[in-house]
Amino acid sequence: MSDAVAPKIDENLVTLIIDGQPVAVKAGTVLVDAAKQAGIDIPVFCYHPKMEPVGMCRMCLVEVGRPQIDRETGKPALDENGEPIIQFGPKLETGCTVPVAEGMVVRGYTDNVKEARDEVLEFLLTSHPLDCPICDKGGECPLQNLTMNFGPGQSRYIYDEKKHLEKHVPLGDLIFLDRERCIQCARCTRFQDEIVDDPVIGFSQRGRALQIVTFSEPGFDSYWSGNTTDICPVGALTTADFRFGARPWEMQQSASICNQCSVGCNITFNTRREAKSGGQTVIKRAMPRQNEWVNEIWMCDKGRFGYHYTEAANRIQQPLLRKGGQLAPVSWDEALAAVREQVKKAAGKMVTLAGGRLSNEDYFNIKQLSDAAKAPALLYSQMAGGDLTAQVGLGAGSNLADLGPGSTIVVIASDLEEEAGLWWLRLKQAAERGATLVVANPRSTKLERYAQHVVRYSYGQEAAVLQALVDSLSPKNPQQSEAVKGLLREDALKATAQAVQAAENLVVFYGSDGTSLAGSTALAQAAANLLIATGHVGRANNGLVAVWDKGNAQGAWDMGLRPSADLAIQLKEAGLLYIAGADPAGDDPQLAAAVDAAAFVVVQELAMTKTAAAADVVLPALAYTERDGSYTSGERRVQRFYPAVPVLEGARADYAIAAQIGEALGLELEQRSTAKIFRQASETHPAYSGLDYGKLAEVVAQWPIIGRDDVYYGGTTYDNTQGLGVKLDTAAERGETPALSLEAAAEAALPSGLVAVPVTRQYDHGNTISFSKLLDPRREEPQVVLNPQDAAGLGLSEGKPAKVTLDGVQASVTTKIDKSLPQGTALIPRSLGLPINGPTAVKVEA
Amino acid sequence: MNPLQERYSEEIAQVLSKYPADQKRSAVMPLLYIAQREHGYVSREQFAQIAEILEISATDVAEILGFYTLYHDKPEGKYRLQVCNDLPCALRGADQFLEGVCDHLGVKPGGTTQDGLVTVEAVMCLAACHRAPMFQVQSSEGIAYHEDQTVESAARLVDNWRAREGE
Amino acid sequence: MNDILLRHRQIPNLDQLPIYRQNGGFEAFKRALTSMQPDEVTDLVKASGLRGRGGAGFPTGMKWSFIDKNVFPHYVVVNADESEPGTFKDREIMESNPFQFLEGVMLCAYAVRANEAYIYLRGEFWQLAAELDKHIEYLEREGLLGEKLFGTDYSLRLYTHLGAGAYICGEETALLESLEGKLGQPRLRPPFPPSFGLYGKPTIVNNVETLANVPMILEKGADWFRGFGTEKSPGTKVFSLSGNVAKPGNYELPLGTTFRELIFEHGGGIPNGRSIKAIMPAGASSSLIVADEKALDTPMDYESVPSVGAMLGSASVIVVDDSVNMAWLINKTMHFFQHESCGKCTPCREGTFWMRHLTERIEHGQARWEDVELLNEVASNVKGKCLCALGDFSTEAVMSSIQRFRHDFEIKVLSEAPVSVDIKVSNP
Ligand SMILES: Cc1cc2nc3c(=O)[nH]c(=O)nc-3n(C[C@H](O)[C@H](O)[C@H](O)COP(=O)(O)O)c2cc1C
Ligand code: SF4
Ligand code: FES
Repeated sequence: MSDAVAPKIDENLVTLIIDGQPVAVKAGTVLVDAAKQAGIDIPVFCYHPKMEPVGMCRMCLVEVGRPQIDRETGKPALDENGEPIIQFGPKLETGCTVPVAEGMVVRGYTDNVKEARDEVLEFLLTSHPLDCPICDKGGECPLQNLTMNFGPGQSRYIYDEKKHLEKHVPLGDLIFLDRERCIQCARCTRFQDEIVDDPVIGFSQRGRALQIVTFSEPGFDSYWSGNTTDICPVGALTTADFRFGARPWEMQQSASICNQCSVGCNITFNTRREAKSGGQTVIKRAMPRQNEWVNEIWMCDKGRFGYHYTEAANRIQQPLLRKGGQLAPVSWDEALAAVREQVKKAAGKMVTLAGGRLSNEDYFNIKQLSDAAKAPALLYSQMAGGDLTAQVGLGAGSNLADLGPGSTIVVIASDLEEEAGLWWLRLKQAAERGATLVVANPRSTKLERYAQHVVRYSYGQEAAVLQALVDSLSPKNPQQSEAVKGLLREDALKATAQAVQAAENLVVFYGSDGTSLAGSTALAQAAANLLIATGHVGRANNGLVAVWDKGNAQGAWDMGLRPSADLAIQLKEAGLLYIAGADPAGDDPQLAAAVDAAAFVVVQELAMTKTAAAADVVLPALAYTERDGSYTSGERRVQRFYPAVPVLEGARADYAIAAQIGEALGLELEQRSTAKIFRQASETHPAYSGLDYGKLAEVVAQWPIIGRDDVYYGGTTYDNTQGLGVKLDTAAERGETPALSLEAAAEAALPSGLVAVPVTRQYDHGNTISFSKLLDPRREEPQVVLNPQDAAGLGLSEGKPAKVTLDGVQASVTTKIDKSLPQGTALIPRSLGLPINGPTAVKVEA
Repeated sequence: MNPLQERYSEEIAQVLSKYPADQKRSAVMPLLYIAQREHGYVSREQFAQIAEILEISATDVAEILGFYTLYHDKPEGKYRLQVCNDLPCALRGADQFLEGVCDHLGVKPGGTTQDGLVTVEAVMCLAACHRAPMFQVQSSEGIAYHEDQTVESAARLVDNWRAREGE
Repeated sequence: MNDILLRHRQIPNLDQLPIYRQNGGFEAFKRALTSMQPDEVTDLVKASGLRGRGGAGFPTGMKWSFIDKNVFPHYVVVNADESEPGTFKDREIMESNPFQFLEGVMLCAYAVRANEAYIYLRGEFWQLAAELDKHIEYLEREGLLGEKLFGTDYSLRLYTHLGAGAYICGEETALLESLEGKLGQPRLRPPFPPSFGLYGKPTIVNNVETLANVPMILEKGADWFRGFGTEKSPGTKVFSLSGNVAKPGNYELPLGTTFRELIFEHGGGIPNGRSIKAIMPAGASSSLIVADEKALDTPMDYESVPSVGAMLGSASVIVVDDSVNMAWLINKTMHFFQHESCGKCTPCREGTFWMRHLTERIEHGQARWEDVELLNEVASNVKGKCLCALGDFSTEAVMSSIQRFRHDFEIKVLSEAPVSVDIKVSNP
């Protein structure tokens, strides 16, 4: 279960001498990395171990000597003492670009080298404003660090002849540029280009006039832009969120996990007490925390800027109880007493509904409470398959970074960059390393750029696609449906079948692009079938990954919660409806009616949602930043988060509330210690067996060495000192034979005419986005996406207003055109004003 | 949809045919020249149009424009009279020649005549060092060399342009 | 003597295809395709001892033999960027002897098994490119370019590509980046173009003049070619002669001809009753040679020029007479390099700026001796520390003139602090 973390022992080690010290590293390592592994600093600016070396800044110049080779023997020539003769070249070489070689001798301390460093630093500083006292990067700035460690004492240039440039250039709404501070290292432009393939910033002009610009519309607006401010080695790039916010040394750090999507990026919240918040401790920024198994050193802007909802002004701070038709503030005792009374009365008629963002501990207590009350514990979600990922999910010891040549990755029904950005990034990198990437989707998505095979199918056929693969590899199902037969004739599918057959490792990611809960169930089963039929289960770097719609949906499944196929009916008929962290009434008028119809409604929430407003009792819950707990990611890595800020007065943790309600049934659920709850969960859930908070908090050394204390990658990310989490094993690894269920995959019968299908967008109207000043304006407008022919037929075109009627609900939206979309389909992004749970008939009018 | 594509579709197709199909980006320089022909400079809208044709970002196009000196991003004189006063030409009197031309036209290097017709610029070596003083004229008609010049011959050329404008 | 490259000076209308063919044009190409293996062409060029005329003097046949034979397609890219101040030879060859040049390109392409060749011309050669396009079309019509040439399986297409004003694009990897539609900034080397060139594919980059030699080498043989020039620098060279000289222009002379012969016999000596002070044999990138008797008698070939403290480079000989103060001269060269630094690497980007700044100050009599010393130091900080050779080039004239023409600086500097300093060096 533990990850083999230490760098793998490699036979291809190369031995060289750096500053007199013998160093053995992997072939292909560049000198600066080799030195770093041995604890020796060769300073750099432009080099970044996550990017291709460019050798631009010339900070890393060193003397490089190579053994002289005897022409006759082909072996190193020896001097009279029997030592190899080392030849040093006439010029210094850049340590960031020269790979190690056997017998090489590197000198980073000679006068020549020191002078060269002095000179480069002096050159950089002559163009630099030296405004450290007012610079956001001060305290975590590589330029500052290296100047202290390596710089010349004094500059010989005339100070008032330095260049003066604009200091507050907005490169978009998110990122500001200080032109004076920029040292032209190109880390930011290379990040946007090389790492995230969104080259919206670049260099204009040349020579000393070289400057970062954007001419994209609307400017530097990328899902990834915040990362550039981390890797910028000076204070040239700052986020509009944190700019002038605080000095790095004034802030506290607490380890956390982003719960915006199911990747589970490791992050650090930086906090500070602030007068303007009445002396309260507040979050100043979210930064990535290194976890090479999860997010490496990156995070997306949604995670970085989206935490604001936890401290929004509309948080509820006192329980509310409906009295005479009105919700009135009451004490916790009074509210809980009212709820307990209802729980006792409900006897068998209680229904529990929880959202996908709660912690494992919350789910555990909620499930205990529901079981005791004989209430179904429902997960508010339209995706299925959490039971299958527990059986045949990604094996323990997996790391997407290990996928390369010999691995095949199938991504189906997911617009991955929108649904789980970091996975998009990691799969792109896997493809670039040589993994065979197959992207199957009815329409074009950004991941396709890196795919070897692109499979197109019609919405509703997603399970059939995977079933066709199973059939073409091992024709076990004679009753092939027409759709499967048709698909089997497609070239892309044949090529995919070959790629699957040839794969040493096979990983399948499935998302919810265009699927309903029923479609998702069929899709997950078909994906599991493919893995089982081809034997890719129960081992590392193989298995199934669900691209969940919410951050801890996998945890909810693991703790026993399940989505409901007929949610509206179940809610309506509930004697007591107990809702935690979900807003069905806000999402869907039908569900709103159902909530209204329920006999008694208890809601625990952060803020006054529509559902809370319709409740009989509202119980204020703590945000995850105010408490601790654990989440289980889509890869099924369990990770801890810690309190970042003090509890909001008047609110309680979800697990505690559930425990306090449970007292009504004589339950003694743990209400204080999440560690205890987690241990209880580990006793009853085999995958979690043997785990405790201590294990989740374990860390090992990671490569590359990047983080706060580092002198030249400082400011990039936070070291991971509070836990890398634990990758759960699967039932398959525990020897439980996974079941191959080969019933013909349910093909959702689509209505005739124009069909609306749901898709997911990064910036939807979910309430986590709207509280972020930076993200709110980036929310997608309510829209319908059409194929150009369909649009033309309806008299619509890009940007035109349209009326959409879905399930009797009408909304005004904007038309968007997607050439790749199959005719007869209208995309309706989820959570953009129109309720949509799966493919359904739709009317679109101009 | 894309004005540039519409107006020059044949020429653009011909340019694109020079490069491998998956290397369209190579056509960015020729396309900038085509765009620049319209008004003597490339507008922001045109960055986006070129970007769309080549499937790159508008910033990628802007980068190229900024790096190279023969592209311009703002309107100036209809004719750019670009005098080489680099070392070899300067050894043969190019600095004095430039001064003479500027005096005659009443501008400073980099400036544009009042009628907006001529921008005089000092430029780097143009590979015509043996025929100094010399200049090239960049206009919508492309680039033309004028070698072994005197202030008088340059003045006559400008007069011709003015006469042509007057017609 | 205009034996090989400037043949058009003897043969009128050589820029017309029929005339070129009447003079043996494209026979070599036809013979190569129909009766020689590609490697045999390379071997012949190797045997001729031809060295690259773009500046570095690298043996051409050897370069061709480095092409990676395991990866295809291969490309040939012709460096027709000709931007070194003082250089104007490639232009004359392409304008007046274009078919010999094109035939050279075609032979190179055949030798390295490339089916596509790009000619990268500096943007100012706009008209020249249009002419070349016409010539290329003509060759296609005549069946000398296109599919299955002379009934063989070999196909070849040539294309021109215009730069847009950037000296750095003469550096071969910057040129390739530019041709790919990116900023003209040099790449890291290794890998070198013969293994990783245009679009990441094996590519041979050669100068115009280099390739223009090839048809005659094929026609007349390696030994014939070696009959010109010196043992290590065989062949003729087009010397672009400019500056303070009576008859500036291109002169095709055997490598190893002395400076004296070029400047005084062919170039007509120094006009206006002046005497020669210094020579820059490699354009603005050159060190300044003190034009004493020894220097004047130095043969212009790749081995001999270093003995007087400079490089032959592109052999664009700039003559400087005794009216010129070197402080003025290096201010000119620094203006050029500061303007042309691509900005990718720190020492060149910052160093050229500060050097220009200091030369400007010195030239305007607003400097102290410390500033001259600082200038020299900045130059030494740049030298040998940059990503490409442009940075080094920028230091050559500066350092050599301070060392060799110290007096020129002494008379320029102030003995006291300047009263006011008002120098603005603007960025390009
Ligand atoms: C800054 C710089 C500018 C250069 N400019 C040119 C040029 O304008 N023309 C040229 O042929 N080579 C130029 N070169 C040399 C080329 O990099 C390369 O060596 C040459 O094209 C190789 O061709 P050859 O082997 O035929 O000489 C330049 C090199 C540098 C470093
Ligand atoms: S030496 Fe100058 S031109 Fe060459 S890479 Fe560095 S900055 Fe660019
Ligand atoms: S050149 Fe090596 S770190 Fe910048």
